[in-house]
Amino acid sequence: MASTYADVSQDEKARLFRQVTQDARFDTYLYGCYECGICVAACPSARFYDFSPRKIAQALAREDVELVYEQMNDDVWNCSQCFSCLRCPRGNNPGGLITIMREVAVNNGLRTTKEALAGYTRIIYKIMTTGTQVSPDMLQEDAFPDWGPQVKEVADHLAVWRRALPPETMHTTALSWQVEERTMRELYAIWKWTGTLDMIAQLDEGLHDIMEEVMDDALEDSGIDAAGPL
Amino acid sequence: MASTTLDPAIPVRGTTVETTKRFSPDPSEAPEDDLREAVLQLEREGEWIVQRVPEPYYEAPTKYGLKKKIPYQRTWHHKSCGQCGHIPGYSTSIFWLNRVLGYDYFDPRDQTSCTAWNYYASATSNQAAQAAVAMRNFAAAYETGYFPLIHCGTSFGHYKEVRHELVHNHALRRQVRAMIERLGRPFVMPEEIVHYSEWMYAVRDQLQERVVLDLSPIVSTVHPACHYYKLQSGDAIYDPEIYGGQRTAVVTGVVQALGAQVADYSTWFDCCGFGFRHILVQRDFTRSFATLRKIEVMKNEANPDVVLTHDTGCVTSLDKSQFAAQAHGKNVGVPVMSESQFAALAMGAHPFRVAQLHWHSTDYRPLLAKMGIDAEQAWSEFQSDVKQIEAGTMDYLTWESVL
Repeated sequence: MASTYADVSQDEKARLFRQVTQDARFDTYLYGCYECGICVAACPSARFYDFSPRKIAQALAREDVELVYEQMNDDVWNCSQCFSCLRCPRGNNPGGLITIMREVAVNNGLRTTKEALAGYTRIIYKIMTTGTQVSPDMLQEDAFPDWGPQVKEVADHLAVWRRALPPETMHTTALSWQVEERTMRELYAIWKWTGTLDMIAQLDEGLHDIMEEVMDDALEDSGIDAAGPL
Repeated sequence: MASTTLDPAIPVRGTTVETTKRFSPDPSEAPEDDLREAVLQLEREGEWIVQRVPEPYYEAPTKYGLKKKIPYQRTWHHKSCGQCGHIPGYSTSIFWLNRVLGYDYFDPRDQTSCTAWNYYASATSNQAAQAAVAMRNFAAAYETGYFPLIHCGTSFGHYKEVRHELVHNHALRRQVRAMIERLGRPFVMPEEIVHYSEWMYAVRDQLQERVVLDLSPIVSTVHPACHYYKLQSGDAIYDPEIYGGQRTAVVTGVVQALGAQVADYSTWFDCCGFGFRHILVQRDFTRSFATLRKIEVMKNEANPDVVLTHDTGCVTSLDKSQFAAQAHGKNVGVPVMSESQFAALAMGAHPFRVAQLHWHSTDYRPLLAKMGIDAEQAWSEFQSDVKQIEAGTMDYLTWESVL
């Protein structure tokens, strides 16, 4: 059968395969496969997508470079990351394998990765620059039209409803809770030391540049040596 | 008080397993190592500081029969971004319960999200970053003298993954330690990683003493959160008296102590459909799974008055997904909340000032009526607060006004 990604060289596919298998987590996530299908029976995504955690484990165990490349493009973003597949009697962690495959896909800027994460960039910006992921002001009716009129109700009253919360730390609309500036600067340093900020450049160069500016400005007189990597 | 409206055609299957056989957990049969001894050994070797669980503590039974220390107080509340951001009555109720029980706690600003939602959703992170974020938060807790209590099930599960990785991977441990030390922080691992629902389980008898409503007519179904008991599962709380020790006892043990019924349903093991990236950018999956595999099954098999769970995304997915299904005439329409909100209501907390139910979608008023709570009166009181805030005669709603 012809490869879905015939335009990508075998060497490139093998390079990405090695990145997956050389990850420090890999050896504790894959021990083989009994081909029992228990992971598929437990998997929510398998019920609604053409998706199988068993195929993921098998492809990696058999070192099927071609299929792993295809999965890295087409399958891994269907996973719900619920880790129901940890029921595996062999001790595998297919959800964890998918986490690694996704990271390799992002690090290498695979086109389908950009498609899968389209619309997700504002979330990445929020978590990486504020230290909290889901802020109250994200509750807008155009973002969640299927949640009904209650979302608009929240959005319309957001500022005053946030003040009508007894915990002082939650008197916020742009963050989930108040985060100290020092705390945010330390988070920025972690993103820079670990190459996490650099990962974003593969996904969205414009987003990377904006976030880098925010972080560099904050770190400039912070006393934290953010030069990396560490 | 509303009368019982149980449908006699739907027997309430409870939490007693249909067998006389007793299964006794055996720690020697655990498929995973108990990491806590390794954590202490690494302290003896000078690798890190271990923050001890403050005494007195509760000793809870876990999946394979080992005990887990759960602190009562001096807790550092590692908040959840989804709870605080979108369903703030969840966290408010946890704090309210601590205050009602008279427990000392700390609500920090020197805390970031665990960032695991992003890690599981977009993979725009990596092992070292995730471990450094966790250890920075643990250091911040240690510096206050309060012990971390994790509100979010994903943070709880992910931090246990991080602990496992740091124990077994010395190169990662050195890398993360270098980062934490460059921040001028101590390198600290807590003696236990504790979820708030474990604290709820530990104090359930104290909660029971303070219940002011008759919950005996209330039928609930419990959704156990995947990241609580599927990730690094060995130290999740399991109680032989609840589900014969075959499912986690948190939430269910608390709800039963409060006096409500817990009904069983066949898809209890299924996830809520949250999916991390799906809830934000591919919600057709979340809606379908949450309603077809969870809410409709619960309705058909148990017809609950309320769905109770103990994690951020589960409340959101199971609650918000029902609107579209209702529009299609599906058998849905049951309120969803955390057991912390349910417990607070049972103990007399205000449904809007404390439980903040107006942030939830599915109609909760029939439940409140059945619990004996006047929702209209309560909403009127809350609206009075809102008007005062809008008029500038009140800056914020304070703890003093809700205790």
